[in-house]
Amino acid sequence: MSDAITEREIDRSKMEISDEVAIHISDMNKWFGSFHVLRDINLEVRRGERIVVCGPSGSGKSTLIRCINRLEEHQQGKIIVDGTELSSDLKNIDKIRSEVGMCFQHFNLFPHLTILENCTLAPIWVRKMSRKDAEETAMRYLEKVKIPEQADKFPGQLSGGQQQRVAIARSLCMKPQIMLFDEPTSSLDPEMIKEVLDTMIELAEEGMTMICVTHEMGFARQVANRVIFMDDGQIVEENEPAEFFDNPKSERTKLFLSQILGH
Amino acid sequence: MVNVSFVREKPLPQSPPPITEGSVIGWIRKNLFSGWLSSILTILSVYFLYVCLRDFIPWAYGGNWSAGSLRECLDTNPDVACFSVIGARWRQLLFGFYPSEQYWRPILTFILLFVSVTPIFAPRFAKYFWFSLIYPGLAVWLLWGGSIWPVFSIYLAFAVSGLGFYIARNQFKLSSGMSAIVAIISIIIFYLFIASPFIALFKYIFPITLLVIESMQFGGFLLSMIVGFSGIAASFPIGILLALGRQSDLPLVKMICVGFIEFIRGVPLITLLFVASVLLNYFLPPGTSFDIIVRVIIMVTIFSAAYMAEVIRGGLAALPVGQHEASAALGLSYWESQRLIIMPQALKISIPGIVNTFIGLFKDTTLVSIISLLDPVGLASLIRADQKWNGIYWELYVAIGLMFFVCCFGMSQYSQYLERKLKTDNS
Repeated sequence: MSDAITEREIDRSKMEISDEVAIHISDMNKWFGSFHVLRDINLEVRRGERIVVCGPSGSGKSTLIRCINRLEEHQQGKIIVDGTELSSDLKNIDKIRSEVGMCFQHFNLFPHLTILENCTLAPIWVRKMSRKDAEETAMRYLEKVKIPEQADKFPGQLSGGQQQRVAIARSLCMKPQIMLFDEPTSSLDPEMIKEVLDTMIELAEEGMTMICVTHEMGFARQVANRVIFMDDGQIVEENEPAEFFDNPKSERTKLFLSQILGH
Repeated sequence: MVNVSFVREKPLPQSPPPITEGSVIGWIRKNLFSGWLSSILTILSVYFLYVCLRDFIPWAYGGNWSAGSLRECLDTNPDVACFSVIGARWRQLLFGFYPSEQYWRPILTFILLFVSVTPIFAPRFAKYFWFSLIYPGLAVWLLWGGSIWPVFSIYLAFAVSGLGFYIARNQFKLSSGMSAIVAIISIIIFYLFIASPFIALFKYIFPITLLVIESMQFGGFLLSMIVGFSGIAASFPIGILLALGRQSDLPLVKMICVGFIEFIRGVPLITLLFVASVLLNYFLPPGTSFDIIVRVIIMVTIFSAAYMAEVIRGGLAALPVGQHEASAALGLSYWESQRLIIMPQALKISIPGIVNTFIGLFKDTTLVSIISLLDPVGLASLIRADQKWNGIYWELYVAIGLMFFVCCFGMSQYSQYLERKLKTDNS
């Protein structure tokens, strides 16, 4: 797998990491029934960080980021997002969800709405924006992900890569502070992976706080400032990308990297 | 990344299609005579159609429309239909014993029905939705007559409870559950203390009244329409709520919904109708009269609501879980995401099942003849009881069947149009 995921130079001028904590997770545990899926997770994400979470399938990486906007409920420990603690209080959950954008492996666009309606729905209903403003914002973000001309089509008429870019635009329309990516390129063809990664790189260049679960090691190496390796529901290793790839500490990481980068 | 080495810039010129595409002979060859088996089947089918229609068409087409009784018909030509009975009794088949000088009322109600459904079916008239809300009350008043104020007071009660909810929610910042309780309490207070003086006062000041028509005078197709359309209009929202309730995380809500659905689905409609007509009077306090048509509508409604709930649940189950997750991740609340994301898709998937239930309900209204309400089928027996038409079966049932067919076929066609209109993918 090639490391160069983009031909152009990545502009790092705005990729600043502030001291402000965006997400704080401490001693978090989660079970699915009796299966212990996340064990003693401790993680602190500062504003502007770009974190890539990797690991073998079933290691709990998706579950971890889904806990951050409460698509999954954690049973023990604390998750604080933007100073608000996730508890069963619905108001807090709604508040956090409107501040945290999320992109899914299968895009999950709303098939009965046009691209533009997909993007304006949440701003209108959750942010109480006027339709006109919401449409302007949506068009701006659709231009940013380079598909403004598809605005009146339905998701079913777009290619996978285009759908994922719409999904990113849809999240951005809520002006989120944090973006979560749950394997955004795993169900795409190689050419389409590139267009989605390009969009994500642009987002990173603007200083967005991002947590990406992905197998794109090129992306991790070039864009991330921290790589987290998970196995068996635990964070096994976390490090800067260069250190992580060239000098992995644990045996498990070495094995994983040799498998994923070996061919 | 791989460079795309070759991309065609101009489309290839089109070749002409083979003969089987786009010509009549080609179509016949392809669809009717594509092999010896299909040729035999085609010939057999044509013969079958011929046998079916050979006797029916002369019987129906040559039908007698002008005789005064069945005897007269048989004397003229015993081999053709005696449609004269329809000429003589069509008013009854349509309106039952509704007084003929008041026929304008059901007719007006019927016309207004179309006006009232327009905002629901044609989005560009959506701003006239208020008429769809007024229509049920208006229809009740037009059909049953009496003073307009008791009907109006029902709307007033809704308005009062809405106001109560609004004040509780926005002025006193109560939770939505508490506000709902306030809304219910305000309805009760309204009915206990305000409604009767209000009705009496307005009856005195503005006596807007129509001649009262008793429920037992309703009949014929009018009755089928009233029961059918009320049942359809009421069972749809109740079905949606039951389907959502059945999927709810709250155990009590779920238990009530499952229990209700399973009970109602396990009981024949006839039983429910008997309960409505006979047993309910035992349970109600003596002296309370509870209109028979209303009782029937309630029973038909809960019956088809249970089916509706299961049909809609099927649609809900067919939705990928990602739709729930995506709408939750965007910060939409439960009701917002149900209304904007989940239900539009689930209902679209369930259109065939929903219309199936509607059509079933509409045809099941003929069962009210069992509890001696005079729907078209009940009237058919009544008409036969007349000496002049004693012994006439086919002609009446053909006519009644045709009326039902037109309505049900219309619904079915509309549902197919709706499915085509709502299709948003390329397939």
